[in-house]
Amino acid sequence: MTKKIKKELLEGSKAVAEIVKKIKPDVISAYPITPQTHIVEDLAQMKADGEAEFEYLRAESEFAAASIVLGASAVGSRAYSATSSQGLLLMSEVIHNIAGMRLPVVITCANRAISAPISIWCDHSDVMNIRDAGFIQFFASNLQEAVNQHLLAFKIAEKMNIPAMVNIDGFILTHSYEPVHVPNKTIVNKFVSKRKLEKGDYLDPKNPLTFGAFFPPDYYMETREKLHKDLNSCLKEIKKENKLLNKLLGFGNDNGLIEYIGNKSAKTVLVALGSVNGTIEDTISKDKSVALLKVKTYRPFPKEEIRKALKNAKQIAVIEKSISFGSGGPLYLDINETLKNQNKVIKNYIVGLGGRDVSKEMIRKIIKNINIKNSKDVSFFG
Amino acid sequence: MKEIRIHGRGGQGVVTAAELVAMAAFYDGKEAQAFPNFGVERSGAPIQSYARIDNKKIITREQVNNPDILIIQDDSLISDKSIFDGCDKNTITIINTSDSDKIDKKYLPGKKNYYSNATEIALDIIGKNIVNTVILGAFAKNTKLVSLDSLKKAIKEKFKEKGESIITKNIKAVTQAFNSNN
Repeated sequence: MTKKIKKELLEGSKAVAEIVKKIKPDVISAYPITPQTHIVEDLAQMKADGEAEFEYLRAESEFAAASIVLGASAVGSRAYSATSSQGLLLMSEVIHNIAGMRLPVVITCANRAISAPISIWCDHSDVMNIRDAGFIQFFASNLQEAVNQHLLAFKIAEKMNIPAMVNIDGFILTHSYEPVHVPNKTIVNKFVSKRKLEKGDYLDPKNPLTFGAFFPPDYYMETREKLHKDLNSCLKEIKKENKLLNKLLGFGNDNGLIEYIGNKSAKTVLVALGSVNGTIEDTISKDKSVALLKVKTYRPFPKEEIRKALKNAKQIAVIEKSISFGSGGPLYLDINETLKNQNKVIKNYIVGLGGRDVSKEMIRKIIKNINIKNSKDVSFFG
Repeated sequence: MKEIRIHGRGGQGVVTAAELVAMAAFYDGKEAQAFPNFGVERSGAPIQSYARIDNKKIITREQVNNPDILIIQDDSLISDKSIFDGCDKNTITIINTSDSDKIDKKYLPGKKNYYSNATEIALDIIGKNIVNTVILGAFAKNTKLVSLDSLKKAIKEKFKEKGESIITKNIKAVTQAFNSNN
């Protein structure tokens, strides 16, 4: 870092609200009850205080909030919502529709566990339920990444007509205070200008269209194939736009997809999503034999970059806060598929479910466990 | 890095206290982090919050399991020995109590224990038994981890929407706790 970057000490939710305000959505809709965060509370306050021009619609449920942003986006507005846990589950039917209609909605998910049993605390079970909907999925490890990923989310979503979700760990990030740089309006406007609308992308009485119409077997499959292809083509867009963003901000040298931290020739590499990356990085900072791979873009899954980054790794520990019951952690399954036939040991450590603390001591135990020959492929730790 | 764990009861401003510590340290030019450990949200339930202060960027997210400083906002919590989990003989404790003689010293992990009658100061100056800001005066004085000036600045910023009177009273209370013999 060459020049001094101006930082503020902000709560995670506040930092997200600040950057969303500066990105100037036209419509925000949310349902204001547990599980919700200060993000929409702060945005509602900004609107009430006359600091923002967006329409703020308090919905009667999360299903309605998602439907409102769907509709707003369909008529060409920039639309945003935030949710969490059960709220995301209630949105899920609409989430699939948003992606299927190719609407560039941006949603923040404050990741929290799902019921039953009831838990209000952090894990990634909520977002994994809509993993396959066709949204771009970003995961933030800290507040700066959360801010930057919101800028990327709007930019890529509107460029590619694909919705995006930014995942930030509930409580661990949403309720944490730490120094963060929220770029000024000029930089934000330069990076995310007004949503560009092309004829046929939005509902217009002068150019009548139907969105999400009935598709018989002759046509339906092509729409799914196209969504898959277009989502994958976001990888190069994310790289390109992230490079531009880093340049505008004056700091950062990652590619927006993944970040490898530590010794390039380390034999053991830990792979994770979200805030636990910070704890891992801190744990291994003085250990040359272990490195960390942060996955920042989870969908589309950056297979090629991951293969390159894990070229020298012999043992890979995938540490994650969700489980596909009866199989393994979702990230573990993706990593396994990405590295198939490469003769690497890949183990899965499920940690931190329902807000269980993930300590540095636990990370050290995982590093020991991966060296045990007959340790289980998938184990619950902590 | 210095790690701080704050214990209190729901409604006593345990979370705000950690935020004020982080804000004050940040104003002093240091790196800082604060986050809560919410239990079930109800008034009176024991809860804890955490703060970290360092000269370099703080990246860990684990809870503060081995605190350098333990702040106890309510001395009735001491009977639950689990609040001292992870402490050792070097852990500094800052305890709000009306009578330090009544505290069973055998529970305390180390030798450096400071007492502040924050409840009395809070009732006297603020008019409510909200001790979170008050006890930070004793914290600032005895640990020197944050300056009193930065603590006052943090109070001004945090309570700016609560009005001038609340800010003035809290600053007066925190200054009194700072200057008290403890």
